[in-house]
Amino acid sequence: MSDPIKIKDNCVFCGACVKACPFGAITQAERKTAPVIDLQKCTLCGSCVIACKFDAIWIQEKSSSGIDLSAFKDVWVFAEQHDGEIQSITYELLGEGRKLADSLNMKLCAVLLGSNIQNKSQDLISRGADKVYVVDRPELAYFQDEAYGNVLIELVNRHKPNVFLCGASTIGRSLVSRVAVKVNAGLTADCTELAIDPKTLNLLQTRPAFGGNIMATIETPASRPQMSTVRHKVMKEAIVNPAHKGEISMETIAEVLLQSKAHRLKFVPEVESTMNIAEANIIVAGGRGLQTVENFSLLRKLADVLGGGVGASRAAVDSNWIPYSHQVGQTGKTVCPKIYIAIGISGQIQHLAGMQSSDIIIAINKDPDAPIFKVATYGIVGDLFTIVPKLTAEFKKVLGK
Amino acid sequence: MHVVVSIKQVPDTKNVRVDPDTHALVRQGVESKIDPFDLFAVEAALKLKDANGARVTAITMGPPQAETALREAISMGADDAILVSDRAFAGSDTWATSYTLAMAIRKIANFDLIICGKQASDGDTAQVGPGIAVHLDLPQITYVRKIESLTDKTIVAERLMENGYEVIQSPLPCVLTVVKEINEPRLPSLKGKMAAKKAVITAWKATDLNCDPKCLGLEGSPTKVVKIFTPAPRQGGQIFQGDPDEYLPQLVAKMKDAVLSAAQ
Repeated sequence: MSDPIKIKDNCVFCGACVKACPFGAITQAERKTAPVIDLQKCTLCGSCVIACKFDAIWIQEKSSSGIDLSAFKDVWVFAEQHDGEIQSITYELLGEGRKLADSLNMKLCAVLLGSNIQNKSQDLISRGADKVYVVDRPELAYFQDEAYGNVLIELVNRHKPNVFLCGASTIGRSLVSRVAVKVNAGLTADCTELAIDPKTLNLLQTRPAFGGNIMATIETPASRPQMSTVRHKVMKEAIVNPAHKGEISMETIAEVLLQSKAHRLKFVPEVESTMNIAEANIIVAGGRGLQTVENFSLLRKLADVLGGGVGASRAAVDSNWIPYSHQVGQTGKTVCPKIYIAIGISGQIQHLAGMQSSDIIIAINKDPDAPIFKVATYGIVGDLFTIVPKLTAEFKKVLGK
Repeated sequence: MHVVVSIKQVPDTKNVRVDPDTHALVRQGVESKIDPFDLFAVEAALKLKDANGARVTAITMGPPQAETALREAISMGADDAILVSDRAFAGSDTWATSYTLAMAIRKIANFDLIICGKQASDGDTAQVGPGIAVHLDLPQITYVRKIESLTDKTIVAERLMENGYEVIQSPLPCVLTVVKEINEPRLPSLKGKMAAKKAVITAWKATDLNCDPKCLGLEGSPTKVVKIFTPAPRQGGQIFQGDPDEYLPQLVAKMKDAVLSAAQ
């Protein structure tokens, strides 16, 4: 097999490709010598091709799939529901989906799966859906990976959407990974920005990688649908418009597709949690600086006054001060609230990866050199045991609680 | 009982730093190791080995140097290791990766359980585990925080959800992806390290797998990266220190509107 990537003869040895390679796969023995690509390290990501000003790097192009892309129409949104309640991520997807559908001059459609769920279609229509595909079956009362996956695979094959968005939640990620494989679609995880390329009309999907250290823009040029999971709290919710009209399509599904090998035996809601931090607009998070489990009550008081959720660093979770489901960071959750208050958290890179896209960050730490201050909108240097109660009292006063 | 653990070798993220001039990730001198999420998968498999005498096979797809990650898994206690490596796999996205791994696991044939980390810490997609399940037409339990019971035919496991957990029962074979809460990975033993040195790693190339070349590497990957860039680093803002009674009212007044609008 010939090399899938080559440096061409018109290379001027400027070294731009060496710097651009995110994988350290291109080296130059010395400045102004021919760069060498280590094919074992190269992932053919194409960063060097983009960086090269002289069009001196050739990369193998994927051959066309032979699929008629024009047969795929409309922008679909998966309507995630828990116990019949539409989740707010769905409204965010409808908000973003509306823009994409308008750019493509296509319809915005929602896909609603559940049991006794049909009456929720109107909610989706008032948030901008032009059409709602409903599968209303007792087997779909709650999320089951196989049954939900089979139904979506069937609907995609039946109606051929162009774009298919889903929340990057536990359910969303577990579900559409199955669908994308089966329908031969490209799937991009955890997108934070979506746009339509005006020339190619491809969906440009931008997402963080390496814990947010780099951003990648990804497209699916030769297959459809173009599928993305979208990070919660990044896109704006669609506004309710009761006058918006839409069509409801009740879909029939073959019995066999509703069967699952795996079964849910029960669901146990978390007792500790006052709020799911992925949903919270305000998060008060604590770390090692709190010293003991009892001191976590300081955080809870502040969170209560602000109407926020409680988060934690890995150190706090590893000390068993709070359950793992509250952990923010690379090995925990990635959150994107309007306000994130970090108390006694130094700000290791793994923690920052989980919260640095928050709108406003307030950090309280006694160490003025703590890395958390590098990302904080407002940094408070001092003793948290003095500051947090005062901060709580002040908020209480100002908010009239 | 035969457990297959799918792992990935990644750069050690603790040491990842960004070049201040070029904003590119500095990879030079960064050690590669088993992805931290996959360590939980390896440990989950080894716990089943300890309790049920399961045989544990570690598998990875990657460049030849990914062999060291497999030796790491053996040093922890895995019995066998398979390196799936071929230039034909270069440029694989999650579709082609899960296809390739699934075809390799199919070649292993007699397996009962496949365990993966919840996601890799470099790509963060969480798509390969479910992808393997679909390519092999298997059920899955994702985000597993606890294995409650395991028999020759059935597994019962807890899946961590945003607002609690589910208890799910599945027939075997089945694919699990596991979260950190499930265990604390062991360190390699001296005996394990010796075994890892001597172990013969099975190496499979594309031609060893019964697979469609059109589904491999760049050709088999529907997605394409069109741009990679470094986000503008977040700037530190205003710093308050000294007497809290002086600056707190000022800060809280500034924050009032933001809090009220966030509360809606």
